[in-house]
Amino acid sequence: MPDVVHLLNRLGFGPRPGQIERVQAIGLDRYLYEQLHPERIDDSATEALVATLASIYMNPAGLVQKYPEPRQLMRRLGTQPDRLDRGGPESRRRVQALYAEGGLKLPRRLLEELRAQKIIRAAHSERQLHEVMSDFWYNHFNVFWRKNADRWLTTAYEMSAIRPRVFGKFKDLLMATAMSPAMLVYLDNHLSSIRGINENYARELMELHTLGVDGGYTQKDVQEVARALTGWSIERPQRGGEFIFRPRLHDDGEKTVLGHKINAGGIRDGEIVIDILEKHPSTARFISTKLVRRFVADQPPESLVTHVAEVYRRTDGDIREMVHTIVTSKEFNSTDAVRAKTKTPFEYAVSAIRSLDGTTDGSRPLTESIAHMGQPLYECQPPAGFPDHGDYWMSSSAILERLNFAVALSTNRLPGTSVRLDKPVAAVVKKLGSPEFQKR
Amino acid sequence: MPISRRYFLKSSGMAFASFAVMPRFLMRTALAEKMSGGGKDQPIIVAIFQRGAADGISMVVPFGDKHYYEFRPQIAIPEPAPDSDGRAIDLDGFFGLHPALASLKPIYDEHQLAIVHAAGSPDHTRSHFDAQDYMESGAPGEKAITDGWLNRYLQRKPDTDASPFRAVAVSATLPRSLAGAVPAVAIERVNEFGIRAGAATPEIEELFAEMYKETFDAVRMLRSAASRQYAPAAGVRYPNSPFGQALQQIAQLVKAEVGLEVAFTDIAGWDTHANQGNSRGQLSNRLRDFGDGLAALYRDLGDHMRNIVIISMTEFGRAVRQNGSGGTDHGHASCIFLAGGPVRGGKIYGQWPGLAPQQLYEGRDLALTTDFRSVFSEILIKHMGVNDISNVFPNFAPVSISLIA
Repeated sequence: MPDVVHLLNRLGFGPRPGQIERVQAIGLDRYLYEQLHPERIDDSATEALVATLASIYMNPAGLVQKYPEPRQLMRRLGTQPDRLDRGGPESRRRVQALYAEGGLKLPRRLLEELRAQKIIRAAHSERQLHEVMSDFWYNHFNVFWRKNADRWLTTAYEMSAIRPRVFGKFKDLLMATAMSPAMLVYLDNHLSSIRGINENYARELMELHTLGVDGGYTQKDVQEVARALTGWSIERPQRGGEFIFRPRLHDDGEKTVLGHKINAGGIRDGEIVIDILEKHPSTARFISTKLVRRFVADQPPESLVTHVAEVYRRTDGDIREMVHTIVTSKEFNSTDAVRAKTKTPFEYAVSAIRSLDGTTDGSRPLTESIAHMGQPLYECQPPAGFPDHGDYWMSSSAILERLNFAVALSTNRLPGTSVRLDKPVAAVVKKLGSPEFQKR
Repeated sequence: MPISRRYFLKSSGMAFASFAVMPRFLMRTALAEKMSGGGKDQPIIVAIFQRGAADGISMVVPFGDKHYYEFRPQIAIPEPAPDSDGRAIDLDGFFGLHPALASLKPIYDEHQLAIVHAAGSPDHTRSHFDAQDYMESGAPGEKAITDGWLNRYLQRKPDTDASPFRAVAVSATLPRSLAGAVPAVAIERVNEFGIRAGAATPEIEELFAEMYKETFDAVRMLRSAASRQYAPAAGVRYPNSPFGQALQQIAQLVKAEVGLEVAFTDIAGWDTHANQGNSRGQLSNRLRDFGDGLAALYRDLGDHMRNIVIISMTEFGRAVRQNGSGGTDHGHASCIFLAGGPVRGGKIYGQWPGLAPQQLYEGRDLALTTDFRSVFSEILIKHMGVNDISNVFPNFAPVSISLIA
């Protein structure tokens, strides 16, 4: 079994004061078992902290109603939005009054609450590994919050499609994301039809979600997958609608994907594609490589990737089994792996708060600091998500922002976040700013 | 690296006043009295990456090729016509600028802006991430190469006394183009580049000065050289966008004469799979930001442009045929813009491969006739004075284009 600090750095966001002793008392095996079965851990204290974030429990239709853009609100009320924009302070006051009367809020608030729940849970939850996995899978199946209707769709995407499945079968996650309105908007699949395909999702589905860029597909496969997925659409995206299959937009003709003939027709065509991709050996390798990179090293040890890919095949893509294999491997527990990973800005900020036994409401001063360090949460535009390589995060600008954060945190000058110092400020700043603390 | 007299005098004033915090590189230069050369004559590259694959045939419209309009019934840019808005701006009777790039036209007319069309990477990938990586590493198809082409250029002239601002990316993270053995600085906001701890700032700097030496050398040098309040040249207004602001900071660094050789920034939002629009719309909005930004930088830098080449790049172009959602999927060749005094502008370079169905790459994309490395090589050889580019672009023989004077 590994070193306890190493385990807490990798299965979670670093130790809180006293946690090392508590984990040692129950035993590392027991701790790992619990972390892999988060439903057995009482986390009601953390859930109480996020209970005030109303939006994270709402469905997209409700969010559209409660968090409209000013233009949408005006349209709903039958006013010309254009005229209002040019109306100056008078109409601005009218809009504000409408928001106040209806108890409405701007969409921006949805992003703030998404960020807040992520940070609060990472900083406070006893289900640390669940938070690490939620971060990992969201980033793997990245969605850009600002893309069109995704402002109202991303919340349910994380809460309902990603979070409940982070320890399940890979296939279930893949299907949940393929059918999620947020992904259908983000990669344009809801606009693809028999009248003309849009290749965006089909390509990234293979390149980024399953096979990997060298996984053996061709441009022809991209087009065929796009054809198979035509008709996978959204019922009224602007009103926060759910997934719908539209037979009239679907191309029922025969397709050939990675050598397999598909002629089932209807929604089955797309389901068969997902099935082919999920069972492909390149997917087993690609997913294993990314998991090993997250938990072990930027350059994933080949031996372990092979082993984990074997577990993927044997267990039908069981994520819990794969993570268990990684954490109990000799590669994970070798001294080479200790402090080999650079913390992302999110991990850095949360681990700093935890190390000082801090509390946070995840509000803007903190999230803006993290953005300045290079990681605007939920606003990563490219579909690959944020890179999982240390070099990427440690630019001169990012170092300075990390130091500025260390100073602000240690002097309790981040509203919404507070910490307890066990040493003089200068000593704490020096520790949090040190190259060693940038590693996990 | 030659250090200008002005830069030396300005810097040394600061350095001798506070000898204890004087960066080592400055001390060395001060003691060695390396005052020859002139910072103003230092050739500079400003590299701009359009991330997401910008549609070359919307940026520089081949209105003379009739197939262009056949493939793009909704999203083509109409051919030029006198006294008419929302049309391509004629450049040479065959190509025209997208109307949202109107602010670049005067620079073209002054022969300071050139375009290389049907240019890009010869690798067949249509993956954004691989293609960006290949263009930034300068080694298409070679995944084992980990440093960037601009860093390898700097490695050719190792200079231990060099300014920390030799290579700067205006972004939160360091781009692949600048990654490698030679230190490069990433700055998101020039005016906030440093420790912001009020009265405790010197103490905090002292604490970390040795731990993050390169970073703090840069912080101190910038503090002495660049004023906090930057005002662009009279009449110049940068777009109020992240890209416009990034370019303004590049101008600030050039004028501060901090030893800049290579500047880099990027602009996102080119992945127009859906509803890209034509003369107006999504792509047009991106192009306005891009064109107005470049024009502002060019005007703001004024006389400095004598020694500067601005170059744009994008990982690939987009399919010639519009797709099912009023957009374009991933393609192959695109185009490259170059601006600056050394550029033989007012001309469109590169052989036009044609848009007839049988002329398209893999039956769908603009074919490639100029390898981006030939363009980059020409800048390094003729503008930056490099004799041999074989370590920058391994296993590559550049074709001379004669676009740099």
